[in-house]
Amino acid sequence: MKVVIFGCGRTGSTLGLQLSTRGHDVTIIEQNPPALRRLGDHHNCRIVIGSGLDADVLQDAGIEHADVFFALTRGDNTNLMAAQIVKMTYHTPKVCIKVADPLRADAYRKLGYFCITPSALTAGMMRDWITEQEYGTVDIYNELPKEMVL
Amino acid sequence: MYMVLVGGGNVGLNLAKRLVNQGHELLLMEKDSRTAARIAEQIGEENVMVGDGCEMLTQKDAGFGRADVVVAVTGEDEDNMVICQMAKMVWNVERVLARVNDPDHEEIFRKIGIDETVSATGIIYALLEQQISPDVVLPIGALARGNLEVVEVELGNRSPIAGHKVRDLTLPPSTNLIWVLRGDQGLAVNGDLDLQVGDMVVAVVPRDHADELRETFVATKA
Repeated sequence: MKVVIFGCGRTGSTLGLQLSTRGHDVTIIEQNPPALRRLGDHHNCRIVIGSGLDADVLQDAGIEHADVFFALTRGDNTNLMAAQIVKMTYHTPKVCIKVADPLRADAYRKLGYFCITPSALTAGMMRDWITEQEYGTVDIYNELPKEMVL
Repeated sequence: MYMVLVGGGNVGLNLAKRLVNQGHELLLMEKDSRTAARIAEQIGEENVMVGDGCEMLTQKDAGFGRADVVVAVTGEDEDNMVICQMAKMVWNVERVLARVNDPDHEEIFRKIGIDETVSATGIIYALLEQQISPDVVLPIGALARGNLEVVEVELGNRSPIAGHKVRDLTLPPSTNLIWVLRGDQGLAVNGDLDLQVGDMVVAVVPRDHADELRETFVATKA
């Protein structure tokens, strides 16, 4: 599988290493070179320095032949915009967006985007752990407490 | 009419000043509290709110739900995009307008349905481009909703249409001539009008055909 990851933070670097050791072809886009230290010295990821909002950078990363694009920077809006550029312009089959704000994530889910909200997953797993439930699915964890919904 | 502006940089501040002077009900949202305080001194405290215009909770407090217009003029395209998208899909705001800082991003704004965008870089680039070409085709505004542009063309000495009647012109599809400026006189366009060297012709043209119009009106370089 050809994978393009935008953002080499904690999530991006972990995912990149996990997928590349499983034999997938991983390219990581990162604007800030020091962040690449998270990958260690012996990784198999291809690196493109730049912004995933930039068409030239996305093309350098091979977006035209990618099977999946992950938008994993720390900026929700950066992730949402990059994902929409990738979906609308390059028609990448699978797109996953990290969105920290649960309400914003919910709004874009309604547009059909696959959004992961780390805080919702973490809280849901902790809840299931302490109440000794079986761990659920992303969809279950994504469900917002009704007090939170506007 | 209630307007919400997001982003208290130079663009947001100057826009807000004019709109408040014209008596519009307006709220300017600015993340940075010190910037917001400075703005409040100029446009009145009641017209400024400190907060992140991308947050749904803040949007609720700002009254996105009853806004007639939301204008996103921050320095970040990704923020302007999300503000406008949320305004449309969560709050059903009738009209949204986004500042686009990188002209390369205008296309994605259009694709996701944010039809009204303003790109200072794009406008300045067009002006510069015009300085170096002998005849003038200046987009004075993009009627983005219909993919239309208003163009202003001055008929130079080599213009192939100077000396012809309007009715004899072959125009690109869906193109309309709006008016002709001759000296300091504005002329209504009808089929009998003879076009002359020095005329300034204003036309509405589909974006895709702007170049074709340029070729029709302006002599191509020999």
